[in-house]
Amino acid sequence: MSAPVHTGRPSWIRSALAVFLKDWNSELRTRYAVSALLMFVLTTIAIVLFALGTEGAPPHALAGMLWVVIFFSGMSGLARIFVTEEERGTAMTLQLTAPPSAVYTGKLLFNLVLVYAVNTVAVLLFFFFIQGFEVRTVSIFLVTLFLGSTGLAVMATLIAAIIAKANTKGTLFPVLSFPLLLPLLLAVIKATQLAAEGAFFAEAGGEFQILISYIGAVLTVSYLVFDYVWKD
Amino acid sequence: MKVEARGIRKVFNRRVIFRDVSFSLEEGKVLLVTGRNGSGKSTLVKIVSHVLSPTAGSVTFTDGGGPVKGAVARHLGLVSPYLQLYDEFTASEHLDMAMTLRGLRPDPAGADALLERVGLFPRRNDPVRTYSSGMKQRLKYAFALLHRPAVLLLDEPMSNLDAEGIGMVRGVMDEQRAAGILVVATNDLTDLERYDERVDLNGGKP
Amino acid sequence: MSGKIRAFPWKGLLGVWTTLVIVLALALPMVPQPRFWYEFPIVPGLEDKARIIFFHVPTAWLSVLAFVSSMVYGIRYLRTKDLRWDLRSASAAGLGLLFCVLATVTGAIWAKFSWGTFWNWDPRQTSIFVLLLIYGAYFALRSAVEVEEKRASLAAVYAVIAGVVMPFFMFVIPRVLESLHPEPLVNLEGSVGGLPAPKLQMNGTMLAVFLASLAAFTGVYYWMWTLRVRAAALELRRATEGENRD
Repeated sequence: MSAPVHTGRPSWIRSALAVFLKDWNSELRTRYAVSALLMFVLTTIAIVLFALGTEGAPPHALAGMLWVVIFFSGMSGLARIFVTEEERGTAMTLQLTAPPSAVYTGKLLFNLVLVYAVNTVAVLLFFFFIQGFEVRTVSIFLVTLFLGSTGLAVMATLIAAIIAKANTKGTLFPVLSFPLLLPLLLAVIKATQLAAEGAFFAEAGGEFQILISYIGAVLTVSYLVFDYVWKD
Repeated sequence: MKVEARGIRKVFNRRVIFRDVSFSLEEGKVLLVTGRNGSGKSTLVKIVSHVLSPTAGSVTFTDGGGPVKGAVARHLGLVSPYLQLYDEFTASEHLDMAMTLRGLRPDPAGADALLERVGLFPRRNDPVRTYSSGMKQRLKYAFALLHRPAVLLLDEPMSNLDAEGIGMVRGVMDEQRAAGILVVATNDLTDLERYDERVDLNGGKP
Repeated sequence: MSGKIRAFPWKGLLGVWTTLVIVLALALPMVPQPRFWYEFPIVPGLEDKARIIFFHVPTAWLSVLAFVSSMVYGIRYLRTKDLRWDLRSASAAGLGLLFCVLATVTGAIWAKFSWGTFWNWDPRQTSIFVLLLIYGAYFALRSAVEVEEKRASLAAVYAVIAGVVMPFFMFVIPRVLESLHPEPLVNLEGSVGGLPAPKLQMNGTMLAVFLASLAAFTGVYYWMWTLRVRAAALELRRATEGENRD
């Protein structure tokens, strides 16, 4: 049972990819997260639709509503990747094999893919069903959607890791996430409003700066503190 | 490869599980951990596996004087009732993950051979959710051995196994004892005939 | 804690100081053109009600100080895994929550005096409210973890993340909220990076009493904090000594 010669040195990237692929394949097989999330998005938009009634709402308010839907969809689905590991008891299996930073990266990748997919659907549904929602500067809107979704995934993944180790996971997730996501939400709502107004791309520069630095800051902190959360 | 534990102490919610556990192991050595139910055997095994942090003390893996190259996970295999598998994946997929999660290149040939050895080859493409507890235990052995770890930790090694399975485990233990480090935690002293060091967690509080 | 501080009768002095501050803050007359040293300038529209500034601003300052303190002790815990740092962190956070509630309430009262409504969504009120949410989240997290060591780790991590996101509040909220919501009718207060800063004119005396109040409140906070830490430390020591006896 001496050390094998053919498997090479451990590669961090391979570990991270293995974690991502594990979650990806698991999701493909069981389809828990995606179906629940899509139903949630559909339901929330339906509620907004009925709440607005025939009058609709000004574009500024609709911009906020879009991100409300996106926020709650995120809260409904982004904690799964850590919570299921704890609930099934497989967290230890990962702790045994993969380095913590690889676990975090793999799961972040999964959440990013999930968020991009779900938000795209949410936006399309919004355009389709909500009257009065229009975007005049598409470039601002697309960049905002991308940066906002990325920031949401980055923060939510870290908070998900934290609440997975706690008791009342479901309700705790939005409670912990909302205050910390607020700067992101305010910036993306403002930027979406600019897009609705038809502002020039450069006018949203301030918001983009905030979003990019937010993502950078949270990502950095995540890598620094994840060990303390993940390891028992 | 050497495994050294110095003054390990674990406190859990203000209750001392055990204190001052020390041992030193090198290749060819076997450690036996005994103790009543609830005495902390599995906890100690988890600490040595670097899956749980001790409250005080340390466990170090050294290779030729300095710390081991790469993560400890590379040199360690664990079989434990607490180790859970993924219901939706097959045995072959688990063995693929056993390598890739550790950052190693998959070894399909080695995996097949190992599955054959633990008696799971015919069921290798069935998801684990269809397995009996005995089969899951066998898969745990394959999962722990594929990357040929220098250190093997077995917590309740014979649980859920039939006579054939027990024979397989004895073979594994003999091989590991010959060229690596073996740690066995059990209540049943017939599991292990020879050992070099022993930690008995019954000592101390009655 | 520190024997030196116990020997020096600082609590008595703090009591006298605070009483003096309260008396001066409430008793000194407010006149349109202060001629004597002991007079405060009047603030048009607020008159006597402006005195709340002596109490509101210190509570807001303390809620931020307590938060930073909690974060710093949390980091010490993460580095050393010594639970004594965690109880310092939690004690600070508990007081921070208390002062944050006080700050939100006194701020709402001040808003009512100045602008007629209790809640205005101006940058300051929003910032203090978000801080309240963070404190609430912090304690919700603590109460949801049973294992002491894990509770301490998770709480410390949350405090660190919140600390990292804080600067974004200071810059994003003022920038975004001013345009999302209309300006309040009478804007007497300014904002220094999201923290409350009075723009009303103060003369020398008023400023002196104001700063003295800030110092008094900080002293009271420190005293309350040491009390909590000592009580918690005693309890921790008693519990761990029990196990050492075996």
